[in-house]
Amino acid sequence: MTWTTVCELDAIVPGTGVCALVGDAQIAIFRPHADDTVYAIANIDPFAEASVLSRGLICEHQGELWVASPLKKQRFRLRDGLCLENRDYSVASYAVRVSEGHIEVQN
Amino acid sequence: MAKTRLIVVGNGMVGQRFLEELCEKGNPAAFDITVFCAEPRVAYDRVHLSSYFSHHTDEDLSLVKPGFFEKYGISVLVGEAVKQLDTAQKLVHSNKGKTMAYDKLVMATGSSPWVPPIAGSAHHECYVYRTIEDLNAIEAAAKQGKSGVVIGGGLLGLEAAGALKALGLDTHVVEYAPVLMAEQLDRMGGEMLRRKINSLGVSVHTSRNTVNIAMHGGRTGLHRLNFADGSTLDTDVIVFSTGIRPQDTLARYSGLFVSERGGIVINDQCVTSNPDIYAIGECASWHGQYFGLVAPGYKMAQVAADHLLGRKELNFTGADMSAKLKLLGVSVGSIGDAHGRTPGSRNYIFQDDQAGIYKKIVVSPDGTKLIGAVLVGDVDDYGQLLQMKLNDLPVPEHPDTLILPSYAGAKPAMGVDALPASAVICSCFDVSKQRIADAVAAGCHTVAAIKAETGAGTGCGGCVPLIAQVLNAELAKQGIEVKNHLCEHFPHSRQELFHLVKVGGLKTFGEVIAKHGHGYGCEVCKPTVGSILATVHNDYILKPEHTPLQDTNDVFLGNMQKDGTYSVIPRMAGGEVTPEGLMAVAQVAKDFQLYTKITGAQRIGLFGAHKGDLPEIWRRLIDAGFETGQAYGKSLRMVKTCVGSTWCRFGVQDSVGLGVELEHRYKGIRTPHKMKFGVSGCTRECAEAQGKDVGIIASDAGWNLFVGGNGGVKPRHADLLASDLDHETLLRYLDRFLMFYASTADKLQRTATWLESLDGGIDYLREVIVDDKLGLGAQLEADMTEVRAKYECEWKATVEDTSQHARFAHFINSPVHDPNVAFVPAREQHRPASPAERRIIPIRPVETV
Ligand SMILES: Cc1cc2nc3c(=O)[nH]c(=O)nc-3n(C[C@H](O)[C@H](O)[C@H](O)COP(=O)(O)OP(=O)(O)OC[C@H]3O[C@@H](n4cnc5c(N)ncnc54)[C@H](O)[C@@H]3O)c2cc1C
Ligand code: SF4
Ligand code: FES
Repeated sequence: MTWTTVCELDAIVPGTGVCALVGDAQIAIFRPHADDTVYAIANIDPFAEASVLSRGLICEHQGELWVASPLKKQRFRLRDGLCLENRDYSVASYAVRVSEGHIEVQN
Repeated sequence: MAKTRLIVVGNGMVGQRFLEELCEKGNPAAFDITVFCAEPRVAYDRVHLSSYFSHHTDEDLSLVKPGFFEKYGISVLVGEAVKQLDTAQKLVHSNKGKTMAYDKLVMATGSSPWVPPIAGSAHHECYVYRTIEDLNAIEAAAKQGKSGVVIGGGLLGLEAAGALKALGLDTHVVEYAPVLMAEQLDRMGGEMLRRKINSLGVSVHTSRNTVNIAMHGGRTGLHRLNFADGSTLDTDVIVFSTGIRPQDTLARYSGLFVSERGGIVINDQCVTSNPDIYAIGECASWHGQYFGLVAPGYKMAQVAADHLLGRKELNFTGADMSAKLKLLGVSVGSIGDAHGRTPGSRNYIFQDDQAGIYKKIVVSPDGTKLIGAVLVGDVDDYGQLLQMKLNDLPVPEHPDTLILPSYAGAKPAMGVDALPASAVICSCFDVSKQRIADAVAAGCHTVAAIKAETGAGTGCGGCVPLIAQVLNAELAKQGIEVKNHLCEHFPHSRQELFHLVKVGGLKTFGEVIAKHGHGYGCEVCKPTVGSILATVHNDYILKPEHTPLQDTNDVFLGNMQKDGTYSVIPRMAGGEVTPEGLMAVAQVAKDFQLYTKITGAQRIGLFGAHKGDLPEIWRRLIDAGFETGQAYGKSLRMVKTCVGSTWCRFGVQDSVGLGVELEHRYKGIRTPHKMKFGVSGCTRECAEAQGKDVGIIASDAGWNLFVGGNGGVKPRHADLLASDLDHETLLRYLDRFLMFYASTADKLQRTATWLESLDGGIDYLREVIVDDKLGLGAQLEADMTEVRAKYECEWKATVEDTSQHARFAHFINSPVHDPNVAFVPAREQHRPASPAERRIIPIRPVETV
């Protein structure tokens, strides 16, 4: 388990996500607020098998944050990748942190 | 007042639910709570334990919301078990030597797997299937072996067999009884299940009594199972699933009453024989019975929490042990008296060997009530049958019609209206019909919204069809009174919000939600507010404060396609394009390898563009004189025109000229939904304008204006708003009409449905637009002039603002394209590869740009 630096925190517009390539994995990183809270889950939408989750809208339900897939709007929980519509389609989540203004992902 | 010292023993599924009930519905400040959690991690979802193999992080299974314990000041002792309970002095002693006093105590210790005491079964390489640690051990063993066996063919045993198979082992199930799942299924149902499971490659051995196990004594496998009939089975991995027993040891030694069959005796309030101690979940025994399912435990958690908080209305009244599961991919359902043991009961059976379906219902001796059912291979009827049994609904005259396939004729629909308000629709989360009705009344108008609001349907999912029925019935019942709240974050309709934004001069989502809503926002309200802000102010939509509001289409100014690539559609107003323009488009399509097609909107679409290529593609199109066609936006798409009087020998007016003018006049203005216009040069209507949101048809004296037409799913002919208009009046009415629609429509409401929802319909609209009855005309025109003045081509702005370009790269940290995008040839061009095709297409090394 190593931490890989991905980008500067400021590279993410607050309220949106970006996609990072870490090893072979496409990882969607979200920054829901203007602070340094970040989340990382797999970028591949398991329904369409397309690399799009980082481009979804961040939304709040049940007091937690999710991302709605831009394709068919299924929602995935930011903290662990759980799929609200069908948990069998949940995606992986990754440890992520901000260190000296840079985002680091564990893989 | 001193706080009540509360100790909870066990942090499993039920213990955790209890804490939530107590803290989120009661007054946590009145308690000083300590939780003993014997496992090395806090509560997780045991019901979905098997998904741990596919997911592999315990966080995925966690049931504890982040910050929950901190929020309520709960102290959790992870990895620490209570080893002794002193009810006389009201003390607990832990395995780590801690002693702690309590005022009230809750036992939530669950149950433990029971393993038969045969030779070999106590060996540490015989596994059970209950905790994440068990799974880790099984997975490690599976890596070393080729075959595995589960001893016990009950519900959990088959679940474990599914896991062994998924781990790649040659899997066997050994069952003592003659049938699988003897508890829940009758003989024929069990037989059907065995056949289906066999055909999936899992070998099922029934009527086998395992007498001993020779650990490390096998030949073709590591170990050997010896059966009573003399036969043997060699295998590498052994998992026992031979039943559970309530974990009541602690209670036994502290003098609490324990039931004969096991389990801590509780009354209807979940209080044990000691008035200060509760027991809930699988460790509890109610009327001599313990419950190996989570739903009854959740109910107990609720009852105990209420009782502790001094609310005494709620009682535990037993639980229904019906179940619907998917085991090794086979759906199985069991309801009530599945075996038909009630004397005099009547059975109705349907069996289809070809499809592998078996269904049975058991009806009371007098033929009026459903008392049990077995379903294998097809469980669509489960929800309806269960409700029928639970609520004592009358059985139809021919009960077999309930389970016959639909091609046998119409099924009697039960109708959710027949259900009492108290009927439990979702047993996983104990959600009643009333609760769903309340959620609908509070603005949840989709199944997804109800799931999010009540949790119903998010467990096993078996109740979702029924939720949909209740939803529809409730919506119908509430008729036009349906509240059109935007979503859970805004108690306003889109129309109300539009006015609030306009009157309040609000400029950002942050301002709007702070003033008129609450929370973070979601995929419904963010784009809606984004669209309202855009209609009112027509700001550049990719300013940082607006970016998070847009659907991805608007964020990257292109329509996202199924594979994550985008379409590029430049504006060709009225369908006109010059030969030079065509050449420029062709060159771009060639250079970026884009699939090219004339769209349904009289213009050229280029498909399959990588996100990272979009800025460069558009730079070149803009240099060639094009601008964005807003094909991605909820705004005016295009004006379809016929060739009109300039060329056509029938034409009476210049339809192309008007179409081009209108497209430029209204382009870029965000509306509640997309808009399409059409203009025809004479009554022959070649532009099919009456199927558009706005249709204009030339007359000898001027123009006839139609509104509210639609193609698509529900075609509708537009209604005539005014006739024989001169050019100037036409534009005035159009300004008013568009602004009035934009300010009063509901979210994502096209003009057709909007017009139909207007009280008074087209006549009322004519009064507003033509007669200016509300006196709004001048204001609507002024508003339109203001937003029109702010138009700029979003793509031009984006191409010029180079700081935006980084956002378009697929990866924030690498210049490569999305390696997941692949194409296959199709009719001399190409199309996206399907996921299946992508798996076999060797992915070519991606070139860097
Ligand atoms: C593989 C599997 C699949 C299942 N599928 C379903 C299903 O589909 N539907 C369904 O309804 N149910 C299912 N169940 C059953 C369901 O998981 C249980 O009903 C539920 O977990 C019971 O919750 P509980 O809190 O009573 O017990 P548990 O979740 O077992 O929690 C008890 C906790 O208390 C701890 N504990 C015990 N003694 C002490 C002590 N002295 N001190 C401190 N801590 C202690 C234990 O370590 C444990 O962590 C399944 C179970 C398994 C194993
Ligand atoms: S609608 Fe009339 S003017 Fe237009 S193309 Fe058809 S016939 Fe010609
Ligand atoms: S009954 Fe299981 S999710 Fe509703």
